[in-house]
Amino acid sequence: MRFLTTRRRHRAAKPLLLAFALLVMGAFYVAVSPAPQVSADAGTSGQVAAGKNLFAVTCSSCHGLNGEGTKQGPSLVGVGAAAVDFQMSTGRMPMAHPGAQAPRRVNTYTAEEIAALSAYVATLGPGPSIPNSSAYDYSKLTDEDLARGGELFRTNCSACHNASGIGGALPEGKYAPSLHGVEPLHIYEAMRTGPQQMPVFSAGAIPDHDVASIIGYLKNLEKQPSAGFSLGSIGPVSEGLFGWIIGIGGLSLFAVWIASRGARAR
Amino acid sequence: MARPAKISTTSEYDVPSTPPEEPGFRQFSGFPAWLDERVGVGKIVKFGLRKVFPDHWSFLLGEIALYSFIVLLLTGVFLTIWFKPSMAEVEYTGTYQLMRGLPMSEAFESALRISFDIRGGLLVRQIHHWAAILFVAALTAHMLRVFFTGAFRKPRELNWLIGVGLMALSLIAGFSGYSLPDDLLSGTGLRFVDGLIRSIPLIGTWAEFFVFGGEFPGSILISRLYMVHILLIPGILLALIAAHMTLLVYHKHTQFPGPGRTDKNVVGYPLFPVYMAKAGGFFFIVFGVLILMGALMTINPVWVFGPYNPAQVTAGSQPDWYMGWVEGAVRIMPGWESHWGGTTWSWNVFVPSVLLMGLLFTVLGLYPFIERWITRDNSEHHLLDRPRDVPTRTALGVAGMTCYAMFWIAGGNDILATHFKVSLNAVTYFMRVAVFVAPIIAFIVTKRICLGLQRKDRERLLHGGESGVIDRSLIGGYSEAHTPISQDEAWTITQQRQFEPAAEVETVDADGQPIKWPKLRARLSRWYFSSDVAKPSRAALEAAHHHDGPAEPTDIESGTKADILDDQLETDAHR
Amino acid sequence: MSSTRNNDLTPARSEQSDDDEAWDQYPVENPGIEPHVERYTDVNKAAGDRAYRKVITMFALVPILAILFVVVYFAVPKDAAISLLGTDFKAQTLLFGLTGGLAVLLIGVAAVTWARDIMGDHEISEERHPAGTDPADRKDALAMVNAGVSESNVGRRKLLLGGLGGALGIVAVPAIVLFADMGPWPVKAVRRETIERTIWAEGVRLVNDVTYRPLKASDLEIGQLVNAEPENLKDLHSHEQLVEKAKSAIVIVRMDPHTIKIPDSRKDWQVGGILAYSKICTHVGCPISLWEQQTHHLLCPCHQSTFDLGNSGVVVFGPAARSLPQLPITTDSEGYLIARSGFTVPVAPSYFERDSRNDYKDGDR
Repeated sequence: MRFLTTRRRHRAAKPLLLAFALLVMGAFYVAVSPAPQVSADAGTSGQVAAGKNLFAVTCSSCHGLNGEGTKQGPSLVGVGAAAVDFQMSTGRMPMAHPGAQAPRRVNTYTAEEIAALSAYVATLGPGPSIPNSSAYDYSKLTDEDLARGGELFRTNCSACHNASGIGGALPEGKYAPSLHGVEPLHIYEAMRTGPQQMPVFSAGAIPDHDVASIIGYLKNLEKQPSAGFSLGSIGPVSEGLFGWIIGIGGLSLFAVWIASRGARAR
Repeated sequence: MARPAKISTTSEYDVPSTPPEEPGFRQFSGFPAWLDERVGVGKIVKFGLRKVFPDHWSFLLGEIALYSFIVLLLTGVFLTIWFKPSMAEVEYTGTYQLMRGLPMSEAFESALRISFDIRGGLLVRQIHHWAAILFVAALTAHMLRVFFTGAFRKPRELNWLIGVGLMALSLIAGFSGYSLPDDLLSGTGLRFVDGLIRSIPLIGTWAEFFVFGGEFPGSILISRLYMVHILLIPGILLALIAAHMTLLVYHKHTQFPGPGRTDKNVVGYPLFPVYMAKAGGFFFIVFGVLILMGALMTINPVWVFGPYNPAQVTAGSQPDWYMGWVEGAVRIMPGWESHWGGTTWSWNVFVPSVLLMGLLFTVLGLYPFIERWITRDNSEHHLLDRPRDVPTRTALGVAGMTCYAMFWIAGGNDILATHFKVSLNAVTYFMRVAVFVAPIIAFIVTKRICLGLQRKDRERLLHGGESGVIDRSLIGGYSEAHTPISQDEAWTITQQRQFEPAAEVETVDADGQPIKWPKLRARLSRWYFSSDVAKPSRAALEAAHHHDGPAEPTDIESGTKADILDDQLETDAHR
Repeated sequence: MSSTRNNDLTPARSEQSDDDEAWDQYPVENPGIEPHVERYTDVNKAAGDRAYRKVITMFALVPILAILFVVVYFAVPKDAAISLLGTDFKAQTLLFGLTGGLAVLLIGVAAVTWARDIMGDHEISEERHPAGTDPADRKDALAMVNAGVSESNVGRRKLLLGGLGGALGIVAVPAIVLFADMGPWPVKAVRRETIERTIWAEGVRLVNDVTYRPLKASDLEIGQLVNAEPENLKDLHSHEQLVEKAKSAIVIVRMDPHTIKIPDSRKDWQVGGILAYSKICTHVGCPISLWEQQTHHLLCPCHQSTFDLGNSGVVVFGPAARSLPQLPITTDSEGYLIARSGFTVPVAPSYFERDSRNDYKDGDR
């Protein structure tokens, strides 16, 4: 104990303590919180009941009292727990105001609330469940897997999300969002459930291993050191703009300096 | 105030008047003499070394283009050392982790090699691409400067035509380079060109098969483009640039109006040493800025786009900026196609690409001749126009720029839609109207601004500038005292050549030459010049200065009266 | 027509003498070039010395930066990265650029500073001469040309010029013909085997692009999009594969059959709401796969042509003129999706000889 007391004012004490506390909290959470897979698939009757109550308050005004859908929102029968988890964890649902598309926002619901809602919606009809993390684990992929993930990404995804994953335009004010910093779980769920305008990419066409390859490619692409400021990664449009502003603009300033007369005696 | 002679001669500078203690050549001997006896270097030095260049920042825009071209040649040579212009398929085994094992063309593989395995390769690639962007941009800016200042007038029409040729070739040079790395953007661009060539009525399919050596993408296009990019186009560019510069030296540089500047002289600093240092220094500045751009700003990260695959595409597939306006025109064109018998006429592709590009370069090439046909102006011009002094030309130029800009913006309609959160379809519908309406608005606004500035100049000439001093008269009226402007300024703002709108339909001009399409010409002449504000005559100026001399402050009210008086005097004063 | 006045530098009107014209053209007397005012660096010794030191310092920094460049070349590993302002830079590219770029820039800035602050700054004036030749020389030139013309005897032997022109003109023909082998000639038979044909045929399986995984109808859910290829694409290699891919790529979508329009003639082209369309845009040929599963619209990312896959692929927006060709499909005995036939019309962008009368138009049965 004396060892700790004497060192409690050490420079590293606070960060270490914080790390330790986080570790304990994390371990505790892992120990007590049920795995999402379990909660979604075999939601306890209590959870389903809680979810139904929450649904009536949060979701039913658009999706109907029993999730059958209304003019404002589509039916949730058969969308599965994964869809609910994706939409709510990324803050897209509930929608703040009607619009062409629900944007990504900060999620304000707790994991328990989302789990309860997922469990309830999963009872409405069979649909994709929340996956186990092994389904999209990309840490063990080989280089060839990653390269193939890139091919799959450019074949299936980049038309909307851009080759660098920063997103792109869709008709009538809709858009494909950026994939930078998106949780692997959410990428997986989005592919399987086809949120909003995004098509479904089911396991029949793209098995889990291929999804993991795509996620692995994206996560590795984000980590690549850059060849300079990215200028928004939107390609030639921003390159042209910066070429004019910095190139012509900057060199014109030099030209003004070169052609000007310096300070005069009178 | 002592002034130097109006037109000082260059003789005092030609004679090497170096005092003995200064460094310099005592006499023509040694190697210079050896060289002189063989190639007459002395004559060249005498002709060119002290040539005068006027100072103005906008005269350096063309230099930016020239220097980016030199940078392009230097960096291009470096890139050719490793680049393989081949579409043969290889499996990637290089250092970039996320492509390992992928089949790709040798061209793309070598582009990756330059980017990841050759030290400095990526930097040089980025400098090369930025230099290309800058080259076309500087060329465009230079051309606009020449247009708005009327530097294309006699005797420089040929140099204008060479410039238009350089512009067209630079687009081909840029596009062929964009296509070489054989990445997804390159291929998408080529796919577009394939569709564009196909759309040409009658010969489209034949042209496509001849260019691609068969069906798209074929196996030979990259090596053909390589020849175009590194030999054919740069060769012609070099020759045209040489001709452009030779004519520049022969005509001597134009200058802006200013005290002592006339159509008969050129005032500035000598080539050696001042302009050698300034222009040479500017080359290093352009090169330095390009290197820094290459170091700090990503351009065309081919490894993100991946090797070309005709079944893949990326959002935000755009050409480089200089093809953006064609892209925009193609995007906003309605889907018109005629199916006559067993044939298909693709107006939706042919009109906004092939035809529109042809139209732009035709209009650019013809403009100096059209203007001369209207003005019948047969004199040489070495003093530049101030844009306000030619309101219709300036307004036409701004309208053209606006039209181009609208097409250009339409080329990024998807980027606009995502970044400004508007509907892609709405942007497209808006641009379809804007390309026609915006230039008209720009024309009217620009012309009004020019005329306003012309009136202001006339006002300053006749009644002087505002002094900022407010006087109160005995009966309580307020007026601002005006101070006459300097002779320097008065001279500077009265240098433009003024044209009278054709009063009637003339069939022969002042030289007795027949005028083609005289009715159209007369109407255009009126449209061109009738609203110009005339500069005051000598008599009017004298009268105005006598009327409100510097001693007595000018009454704001009486300014208009003086105007009336001017008009009377102007008519009377004509001999 | 040549008149000497054309070369006068002053603008002139024929009915007025030059003096009157100049009087009118320039209402203000030429004040002459501004008097020379000495530079601060010329009259103030300290300022002059400062400018001198500035230039020397800049030149002196160049070798230091050049040495740094070389050090970076040999000392910094290729895969090193530098984090700066929230971006991970490739260390080599950044450092090469900063050292080399600054060195080059400094040379330029130093040279210009030298010119502006230290070199002589007396503006001088050089006379201009008309671009044209003066009348006497023109006369000489004309005489020389005429002498040459007469010596060449083209006046008397008139066929010489015609012969030369004709010979030069005709010699261009072989030169042009030489290029006839640049590509195969797209005559009808060639077109039928190239741009009018794909490797799709009856019984060819629809497989997933990249992985070549065959697809079962039961694998597809409503709202699903699959980027697919014909299975026999696997047998092709290198550029042959690319050429076919550029024509044969398809998108397969599954929609709720009750929400889409299927014309009678295409009732058996689909399997329970699963439809296959060419992926190659009919506008200029970009591969299209931006599919909105709720509206059934397919958008091209290149020029935003939009096709309604719930209505036989007709154009609903954008510059494309023709509907997207649909591939008739069915299932084989194992439940895999196969083509019933090849495409019924040529895929990809329009070309002049294309017979576009058989394409699907909105409202066709």
